[in-house]
Amino acid sequence: MSQRSQPALSPPGVLFAVLGLASLLAPYMTLAANRIVAGEGVPAWSLGSPGTTLGGLAALIGGLALGLPAGRPALRLGGAFIGFAGLIWLLVAGTSSLLGEAGEFARVSPGAGFWCLLVVLSLLLADALTNLSPGPLTRLGVLLTALAALAAILTSGALADLSIMQEYESRAASFWNAGVRHLWLAFGSLGAAALIGFPLGILSHRSDRLRRSLLPVLSFLQTIPSLAMFGIMIPILAWVAATVPGAREMGVAGIGFMPAFLALVLYSLLPVVANTVAGLDATPPAAFEAARGMGMTELQRLLRVELPLGLPVILAGLRIVLVQNIGLAVIAGLIGGGGFGTFVFQGLNQTATDLILLGALPTVLLALVSAIVMDILVELSSPQSGSQR
Amino acid sequence: MIEIDKITKLYDGRAAVDAVSMTVETGTITAIVGTSGSGKSTLLRMINRLVEPSSGSVSINGEPTTGLAKHILRRRIGYAIQGHGLFPHHTVACNIGAVPRLLGWSKEKIRNRVDELLDLFSMPPDEFRNRFPAELSGGQQQRVGVARALASRPDLLLMDEPFGALDPIIRTRAQADLKRIQRTLGSTILLVTHDMEEAIHLGDRVAVMDAGRLVQYATPAEIIARPATDFVAEMVGGVDRPLRLLSLFPLSELVEDGPASGEALPEKTSLRDALSACLWSGREAVPVSRDGQVIGRVTLDAIRARAESLQ
Repeated sequence: MSQRSQPALSPPGVLFAVLGLASLLAPYMTLAANRIVAGEGVPAWSLGSPGTTLGGLAALIGGLALGLPAGRPALRLGGAFIGFAGLIWLLVAGTSSLLGEAGEFARVSPGAGFWCLLVVLSLLLADALTNLSPGPLTRLGVLLTALAALAAILTSGALADLSIMQEYESRAASFWNAGVRHLWLAFGSLGAAALIGFPLGILSHRSDRLRRSLLPVLSFLQTIPSLAMFGIMIPILAWVAATVPGAREMGVAGIGFMPAFLALVLYSLLPVVANTVAGLDATPPAAFEAARGMGMTELQRLLRVELPLGLPVILAGLRIVLVQNIGLAVIAGLIGGGGFGTFVFQGLNQTATDLILLGALPTVLLALVSAIVMDILVELSSPQSGSQR
Repeated sequence: MIEIDKITKLYDGRAAVDAVSMTVETGTITAIVGTSGSGKSTLLRMINRLVEPSSGSVSINGEPTTGLAKHILRRRIGYAIQGHGLFPHHTVACNIGAVPRLLGWSKEKIRNRVDELLDLFSMPPDEFRNRFPAELSGGQQQRVGVARALASRPDLLLMDEPFGALDPIIRTRAQADLKRIQRTLGSTILLVTHDMEEAIHLGDRVAVMDAGRLVQYATPAEIIARPATDFVAEMVGGVDRPLRLLSLFPLSELVEDGPASGEALPEKTSLRDALSACLWSGREAVPVSRDGQVIGRVTLDAIRARAESLQ
């Protein structure tokens, strides 16, 4: 690479450029005769006529090159966007030209090269953004813009012929149902865990004995593998449904939503309780003593001093839980609990990779967005004194 | 008036504070001094019931402290501690207004009180009102801590090693500030310290604690001149005693007519500082001034005679 001889190159930028160019050598898309059989890789430069691919390739390489100069984060950010545009351009152009020459049941999917380039460009974007060190509200703006762009691309129909979009077309209604169910599983269990965990955390903070007995139990729950947890849950809940009057009417059953939900709640308790205790412990002892000495009641101390000072740590706990639960909720698909996991396990059974992706990609996106939003909330909740010093 | 009657605190059968009785006059500073573990902080904390006495009683202006719920009692008693204990997530104004807010004062009354106190502590309100504790120097944080303790005009101010975390220069200034503000407001202050120098300097009366017992309760001059026990004598420091005594009296007590050369000292200067000035500049006498006018002199002989007469 000739750029190496120039001074003032950003080291991560060089790495991204090298990795990006290497990724271009890998198959950019795969073409398969139908949705089950393994596809054949197609490199980026033979996706279509040179006239259609050249623009996309130029944008990709130019974007990576713009990511090189050190100390110019805005330029590098622009490079990432140009790269993304090239990435999508190639995908759209490749889809139509590859399908044009193939049979009726042929499927095209993004290949290894596309995914690697997507990761490399995302890293470039994140690196440039970090150097710009935007405030929390700016970050929220960038996130919303990115989501709006993604939505625009997906609804425009430009990618409608991609295999994964065809899997979506044939299951559009159940896809959104699964999405709602997935959100219920992740956020509902988070809410339930918070309702149970906050009081437990506050009590554990007050009582050393409770803390010493409760936290090991919650840690132990955390170590049970998720499949084993469902296995334990099935007979217990089935027994409850059969013997407790009214339980079955309330939705308690050995399989389905309830055991998945309960398992997620149990997994969530440790981070919620442990971070609540740690957050309350963060109050400086002198401030606590002063609050007591000036005549604050126990509740006033909790609400005015301990909780506000502990909020960033407590929210960090909720962030862990949320991201963890969005991922774990996939397993619910295995026991009929619904959610995006349904597609993952259907896809595994049918060896239809694109169906697996239809479940996996939204899950990853959901976890990513939740993590970013929670990070922004944590930062907004930190005391001003912290950000000013 | 604060009356402490045979107050005792037992921990595992051992007395941390052992039947201490003392009376504190309204409008005075009383310094409780002792080594660590002498029970001085426990004694202080039993007054606002942060520690419940095992036996004995405390009454403030004739009312027993057990007559009120603990948190109501504490809102009527100012409390300032070592390391200030300011709330890091609240502004200076919000910190100072903490107790008035608990008492349900109106917003305007709180704002006026905060500005008044900031002025009193020489911190311009417009500059400091909206700052956070982390943006203040150690001395400023300590002043805000004391201002917060005074905000609701409490009957009594309890201070537990309030200057313990300050460096010596800031500490001297903070002590002078406290004395000035106490004289201005006429507050009643009970202050715990391990530093006899600070106790003598600030206290109208000094209470010396040793192993949970009150071993001497008297004016600073009496404590230095006639220590009740060997422990008190050790606390006031063997060789420094004459100097400490001299530090208690102003020049105005020994002014006489006569000539003296060199820079004049204000009449409120202590005899110790005048002695130091004589020795340093090799003079036999120093001129004394009042409001910038020389009113006479104080001689080295007169200071020596006073030191001898005090024994």
